[in-house]
Amino acid sequence: MTVASNPSPRTQFAETRLVRKKHRSELIAKCFFGVMAAAMVIPLILIVVHVVKQGMPSLSWEFLTTNPRLGGIRGGIWSAIVGTLYIVTISLCVSAPIGVLSAVYLNEYAKENWFTRIVHLAVVNLAGVPSIVHGLFGLGAFVYAAGMGKSILSASLTLSIMTLPVIIASTKEALASVPVSFREACWNVGATRWQTIRRIVLPNSISGILTGVILQVSRTAGETAPVMLTGVATFKAVEGTGLFLYNPFTDQSMALSMHLYYIATQANNAPPSLPYAIATVLLSVVLLVNASAIGLRAYLRSRKKW
Amino acid sequence: MLAEPHRRVKRRPFELVSEKLIEALICVCGFSAIIFVFSIFFFVLREGAPFLSRLQMGEFLFSTEWFPTSQTQPKFGVGALVVGTLSVTILAMIIAVPFGLGAAVFVSEFCAGKAKETLKVVIELLAAIPSVVWGFIGLTVMSPIVINTFHVPIGINMFNGAILLALMSVPIMVSIGEDALKAVPDSYREAALALGATKWQLVYRVLLPAAKNGLLAAVLLGVGRAIGETMAVLMATGHSVRIPKTIFDPVRTLTATIAAELGETSKGSDHYQVLFLIGVLLFTITFVVNLSADLVIKGIRKK
Amino acid sequence: MLTFVRGKNGDDTELISNLDPMRETKKIEIENLRLAYGGKEVIHGISFDVRANEIFGIIGPAQSGKTSLLRCINRTIEFTAGAKVQGMIKVDGQDVSRMKNVYELRRQVGMVAPLPVGLPLSIYDNVAFAPRAAGMRNKHHLDALVEKCLRQAALWDEVTDRLDSLGTRLSGGQQQRLTIARALSHQPEILCLDEFSIAIDPVTTMRIEDVLKELRKEMTIILVTNLVQQARRLADRTMFLWNGEIIELDSNEVMFSDNPRNRKTYEYVNGIFG
Repeated sequence: MTVASNPSPRTQFAETRLVRKKHRSELIAKCFFGVMAAAMVIPLILIVVHVVKQGMPSLSWEFLTTNPRLGGIRGGIWSAIVGTLYIVTISLCVSAPIGVLSAVYLNEYAKENWFTRIVHLAVVNLAGVPSIVHGLFGLGAFVYAAGMGKSILSASLTLSIMTLPVIIASTKEALASVPVSFREACWNVGATRWQTIRRIVLPNSISGILTGVILQVSRTAGETAPVMLTGVATFKAVEGTGLFLYNPFTDQSMALSMHLYYIATQANNAPPSLPYAIATVLLSVVLLVNASAIGLRAYLRSRKKW
Repeated sequence: MLAEPHRRVKRRPFELVSEKLIEALICVCGFSAIIFVFSIFFFVLREGAPFLSRLQMGEFLFSTEWFPTSQTQPKFGVGALVVGTLSVTILAMIIAVPFGLGAAVFVSEFCAGKAKETLKVVIELLAAIPSVVWGFIGLTVMSPIVINTFHVPIGINMFNGAILLALMSVPIMVSIGEDALKAVPDSYREAALALGATKWQLVYRVLLPAAKNGLLAAVLLGVGRAIGETMAVLMATGHSVRIPKTIFDPVRTLTATIAAELGETSKGSDHYQVLFLIGVLLFTITFVVNLSADLVIKGIRKK
Repeated sequence: MLTFVRGKNGDDTELISNLDPMRETKKIEIENLRLAYGGKEVIHGISFDVRANEIFGIIGPAQSGKTSLLRCINRTIEFTAGAKVQGMIKVDGQDVSRMKNVYELRRQVGMVAPLPVGLPLSIYDNVAFAPRAAGMRNKHHLDALVEKCLRQAALWDEVTDRLDSLGTRLSGGQQQRLTIARALSHQPEILCLDEFSIAIDPVTTMRIEDVLKELRKEMTIILVTNLVQQARRLADRTMFLWNGEIIELDSNEVMFSDNPRNRKTYEYVNGIFG
């Protein structure tokens, strides 16, 4: 079949063999790289579907709101949820202010010199230190050296240092997106540096700060290795089903992530759907929190003020 | 003309003082990252330090005999653990690098608009899955698949762990790799396409060379993530402390050893101190990896 | 016409006549000012005075140090890394580099940047930003001040019914007038305008020029412009700055006549070079 005898009806330019070959190669390239991307996306969906499906038999409102019994293999997961909540809240209260102010320092005050470079390297490395080493640090520093013992407080402080870079990175990016001309306009009318930051820069970076905070929450909720060493117990019997189950300064608590690890690896005689149900709860918490961060970011970007 | 009452308004003295205070606070927070990194090193080393005097560095690093709980003659050689960490990491990277960089190319060059946004969201969610969930998946989902596909006796092995680590480190590679590709000027693409290059040629001859430093940094950060990962390898690579012969042998990594054994040691015992020294070793390894990734990224900026 | 202006020490007020034609108070004195960015000198030791209540024009091609000069006066140059200032700048006889309260200095000097900057606040808050930052809390005073500044900047009539809408949503010309209103909001004694007409249409430019003629009664105005004719229309005296050096500083009659003292001035003013 020659090109001349079969002109394309859509275009008056004949498709030469070279053009067709090029189109084909383009298509193949697209498919090739598409498969690469799909290889990551598809597992995510399969995993979520599989875990939820297997966990279904155990999932119920009662499962969420009753405390575990018999070393965790019967009953629900309420006290684990509360433990995670405590840890997330406390570590958020510690790392959010430090992280935001730290980003303010890096973006607004730091000059371009070797010292700033070192601060930057420290942030990068803080993010890169393995979570288990953070756990060792928490054990050595908070549990033993500071005398806090294995407690919710120790675990929370450990996690707050570990997740600091998440908030710093996100806030810093947001601060940098506020135009320099705004700052100059404020300085020109006699506003101090901090007034400029508080009234103009921070309010206009709120989307990035919130995103960082939410990502920090999701990271904290899922982390296992550090809290395992510093204050989370595999099983702890508690009375009642309110919110005030633990004393954060002295008690160890349970946590969702640790509970999943324990039930999946060490508990015998647990119903087979139990670990799946815990994994479903943990996954939904983390994915929902992340999705809300993404949604919030999109929303706040859409109503940007300039 | 209006009266000018505001002329009399003065900034209250405490406001200038509080400005100084808040600036001091900001500086302290700014330096906090340095303080934290140093204190991590300090406190981890402090717990392990007493054992340093009795430690034979050669034996510690290269011996494969790890019998920490032996009553008569405990042996603390982390050679097998180092090999375990390295082999899992390398295998994970062999899987993850092509997929991660391929996906980065797809996101950056072949996708646009809605599809691109969606894909980036999915990658972000993939990065958010906690490692304990990955470990659980390795234990319950991957293990039977590995046994049935490759006809091996144990499903909890190096291959299983490497697949998980690959899935876990791909998101960071995609996001950093995409940034690197985005930084390649559009004029390069236009010039290549104007010369009649196909998309293949564009990717291989133009984009990959132009973005190679950024892509290298992406891979290094993925390596850092894989080396430091704990829960997934603890649950899915098995617990055999020996040099693996095939990729289907169970292995034990440095991180998993700390997580699995620290709970059973008593504070101050030799075993306890050695585990902290392993922590120092891990800290050093990831420090070097992250530092080089950062230097590579900075190198690009300078250009 | 009588008005209150701030006395030398900043907290007394004294009654002086603003329109006394014989008075030639030196508002700003600059002696041997040198400015270098990271070792590269951009202003090479210039000296001049700005008199009270005059419009002082500064003309010159791009990169001749005009904007940097303004930033030296209100010390925002300090925010630029690597900038090094030598020499003396006095405002009302006080050396600015010795002033402890730099914010007071910046309130004394209003600054309008080349590109309009509406802060991402409401129009009202844009104008009320500076007085609030200075500690003014009284709602009535703020209201009165905001209205006065917006009127002075010839913007009041256009925005009177939407003071709550965002300043960043105004048109370019309106934003520039908002910027001027904001610069007036801290009641400066000196108003510096840096090529204010660069981003706005000719009609708005003419309106602002009328505004400046009015403001001249109350304050000293430094007008940096790349439009020679604008300086000719508005200024009392004009300085020609070129490559960080003063080529000529004269009254407008001499400056824009057929034979100014320096040949270069004639050539620049008449568009032969530049």
